[in-house]
Amino acid sequence: MNEVFVGLPKRMVKISVDGTDVQVPEGTTILEACRRLQIDTPTLCQLETLTPVNVCRVCVVEVEGSRVLVPACSRKVEPEMKVLTDSERVRHSRRLVLELLASSVDMALCAQQVHGWMARYGAKPERFGAAATVAQPVKIDNDLYVRDYSRCILCYKCVEACGVDAQNTFAIGVAGRGFDAHISTEFTVELPDSACVYCGNCIGVCPTGALMFKSEYDMRQAGTWDESQQKVTETVCPYCGVGCMLELHVQDNSIVKVTSPLDHSVTAGHLCVKGRFGFQFVQQRSRETKG
Amino acid sequence: MDIRTTGGPPTADEIAAVDGILGSPESIWEGGGRSTQDDHLARGGHAARSQRPLLLPVLHAIQDRMGWVSRGALEYACRRLSIPPAEAYGVVSFYGRFALDERPELALHVCDDIACKGAGADDLCSALEKAFGPSGKTWHRSACLGLCDRSPAALVERAGVPEEREEHQVAPITLEAAQAILRGGRPEDQPRPQVVQRGTVRLLRRVGVVDPESIDSYRKAGGYAALRRALELGSEGVIREVTEAKLLGRGGAAFPTGRKWDAVAKATVRPHYLVCNADESEPGTFKDRVLMEADPFAVVEAMTIAAIATGCEQGYLYVRGEYPLARERIEHAIGEARAHGFLGADIEGAGTRFDIEVRRGAGAYICGEETALFNSIEGKRGEPRNKPPFPVQAGLFGKPTLVNNVETLVNVLDILGEGGAAFASIGTADSTGTRLFCVSGQVRVPGLYEVPMGTTLRALIELAGGLREDRTLRAVLLGGAAGSFVTESQLDVPLSFEGTRAIGATLGSGAVIVLDDTADLEQVLLRIARFFRDESCGQCVPCRVGTVRQEEALKRILSQRETSLREADVALLSDIAQAMRDASICGLGQTAASAIGSAVIQLKLVGP
Ligand SMILES: Cc1cc2nc3c(=O)[nH]c(=O)nc-3n(C[C@H](O)[C@H](O)[C@H](O)COP(=O)(O)O)c2cc1C
Ligand code: SF4
Ligand code: SF4
Ligand code: SF4
Ligand code: FES
Ligand code: FES
Repeated sequence: MNEVFVGLPKRMVKISVDGTDVQVPEGTTILEACRRLQIDTPTLCQLETLTPVNVCRVCVVEVEGSRVLVPACSRKVEPEMKVLTDSERVRHSRRLVLELLASSVDMALCAQQVHGWMARYGAKPERFGAAATVAQPVKIDNDLYVRDYSRCILCYKCVEACGVDAQNTFAIGVAGRGFDAHISTEFTVELPDSACVYCGNCIGVCPTGALMFKSEYDMRQAGTWDESQQKVTETVCPYCGVGCMLELHVQDNSIVKVTSPLDHSVTAGHLCVKGRFGFQFVQQRSRETKG
Repeated sequence: MDIRTTGGPPTADEIAAVDGILGSPESIWEGGGRSTQDDHLARGGHAARSQRPLLLPVLHAIQDRMGWVSRGALEYACRRLSIPPAEAYGVVSFYGRFALDERPELALHVCDDIACKGAGADDLCSALEKAFGPSGKTWHRSACLGLCDRSPAALVERAGVPEEREEHQVAPITLEAAQAILRGGRPEDQPRPQVVQRGTVRLLRRVGVVDPESIDSYRKAGGYAALRRALELGSEGVIREVTEAKLLGRGGAAFPTGRKWDAVAKATVRPHYLVCNADESEPGTFKDRVLMEADPFAVVEAMTIAAIATGCEQGYLYVRGEYPLARERIEHAIGEARAHGFLGADIEGAGTRFDIEVRRGAGAYICGEETALFNSIEGKRGEPRNKPPFPVQAGLFGKPTLVNNVETLVNVLDILGEGGAAFASIGTADSTGTRLFCVSGQVRVPGLYEVPMGTTLRALIELAGGLREDRTLRAVLLGGAAGSFVTESQLDVPLSFEGTRAIGATLGSGAVIVLDDTADLEQVLLRIARFFRDESCGQCVPCRVGTVRQEEALKRILSQRETSLREADVALLSDIAQAMRDASICGLGQTAASAIGSAVIQLKLVGP
């Protein structure tokens, strides 16, 4: 008999989250299951478009039968799993992770959501007293973007975006060990001496503002950066036929930065140097027209 | 992938070191004479990726030859291996052994860890500091070197061409000897007995009896009978015996060995890999070193049996970088075994294939963690992986992998010799067999002792000669830095997995560090805190930052006079400890607060 295997439909797995039963497809992460149930789960190193590295540990949950807490962002559901997302242990670890980070890193430019989690878990980073930090001067070595590693929480996202998950350039990596671990080019050479091709995909995924358009950095330094005055215009990149969607962030009639939506089917948030930084000509032309 | 190298060219010596491992470059694309523009071109695909595991051997070769890894040398290695320089820099900067700044050919590593402190290491280090400047140039403070039975200990490394190169342990080391070495002297290695225990031993029975460099001597002492037995029994039979023996892993996690073997044997994905974990870096632990130095054929035979039982054709023995003699002996034993048909394509004419490659650690305690060890063999940073998947499902190179500790494996020889049931009759019901204990610190006769599981700690300390005259016990650190302190009142704890668990302690790696009333417990705790801060891989927040905050809080507790402030810091310590234990990725972070917590929070040995 000739049988053709056409693949199995996804099996559903029943788990319980905070006492509520939920059916999710096999292979779903605990985080996705939580999101289905509208349970807001903090994450810092997780992004849909990147391979989970589960290093920040802010998403940890309690799973019955597990000695330690487990990262919701990477742990897949198993049948009959019982998950607690708001137990004392979970709240404690989430609070400590946020406190430990904020006591060592400048998290001021993290999304509002992150500050919301800090408030929710009662994080008080100052209770560690005079504590070692990663404070260091900003690296400005090219005209396109700056690197301020005193804001870096070491979420590995930029490394993943520069490497196997998007760009395949491998211009940056994690170097050093322990508290000295940091993002670096080889021998900390400046970006123009590295393999960097200025695609800016690392900037696109950085959750802390450690990686920033030079234009944004300069405006922030000058005190003119004002998101409330910015308009985001969607368009398609004019350079080639791929069809990447661009979001042009415009303030005072100037493009101040370019992003692409994470969920866009063509880009998954990633661009190349032309789409990301090649916007000077737009501003050039408008001046010419005026003049 | 872009391999772009913008540093200077490598020196002839650096090229020689790299080519010594990789052979001469096949084409100019691999680093012959060419312009920097050509650097954008490299071989790609599987051929390039499969080279990655050679990165650490190449880095060792550079370090061995030059004493440090220059940018030119690293970039040359990158071109030869098609590895992006930023990635390779991440790897080289991860491991303690590789120096990234030029330094002298000679490096003297002086242990200032717990056992050596008790033997005057701090005075030795201060004297060296006065005479030769601070640690970090010619002499280097080091964590435990696994020579605590002969404290204080040191390791000499001299870079150079193979004839000039030297690497050996000096223990005990005196100030005079250290000075002589730093002034260019070459001390003689002194032979010494590895085991001083009298009376019945099992795992240690060949130590000091057989010639570790002679396979004939090993065979005369009964060697390779177990392998023959294994070939008779076949995979299922061997696993049945090991399961019946109720052997639990001796590497620290006490996982049932039979279950692990069974899971790998049954794994459908191929190939299977075998890894012998000989990274032994837990402070106060030296048992695997003694086994490898004194009875290397036993380790090789046991690995072969494990491979036959679980269907592995390739094995790796990952030996701690600071164990040059153990590495040499094991490599020699593997060569002999191969020459005698005990390893290779057709073991004992039974048509079974198995061979072993020795991998050298590079100064990273974390690489003893099994998944970090896999990454290290694969040529990556030694960062642990999240589990699941477990090694038996997806381990080395993503394949089903059996990883066992040296001592665990050597037990298998006796299990096959006498049968699993007989083995299980030794020790306690739940912890079978004997256990090797590394007794160090302030006892009369520090050394390696083997006792049946369930022997009391008091009896073990007596076996090591007890405390010195007129001394009283302050505490015993059981299980090393990742273990916990026990006090006088707990000395009757039976040394078994369940016995120690009952008092909230652990056997861990078998380290037993005895501290008497002359010990400076505060310094010991600070050393432990520094150890974890130094050895955290840095991947996850609770451990990367937690180990630093733990050290800061401990320093405050020990120097703060105001009780209320000290109490606040003790509470902080306890908060950090809980998050590290609960939310860290691996066992390092999960246990990094255990010893300090047991001393400060539970036993109130120091502090308010
Ligand atoms: C930080 C850390 C260091 C470890 N170091 C070692 C080691 O040096 N040797 C060892 O055998 N196991 C070590 N382990 C335990 C291994 O991960 C693993 O459990 C063991 O090798 C399994 O072998 P076994 O079942 O024979 O005990 C370590 C674990 C951790 C978390
Ligand atoms: S800009 Fe692109 S190539 Fe450069 S470091 Fe960032 S991700 Fe890598
Ligand atoms: S620079 Fe940004 S993306 Fe990269 S590790 Fe740091 S915080 Fe994460
Ligand atoms: S617990 Fe520590 S050593 Fe383990 S993965 Fe996390 S940072 Fe690395
Ligand atoms: S979001 Fe899960 S560990 Fe970072
Ligand atoms: S060798 Fe010094 S403490 Fe182990």
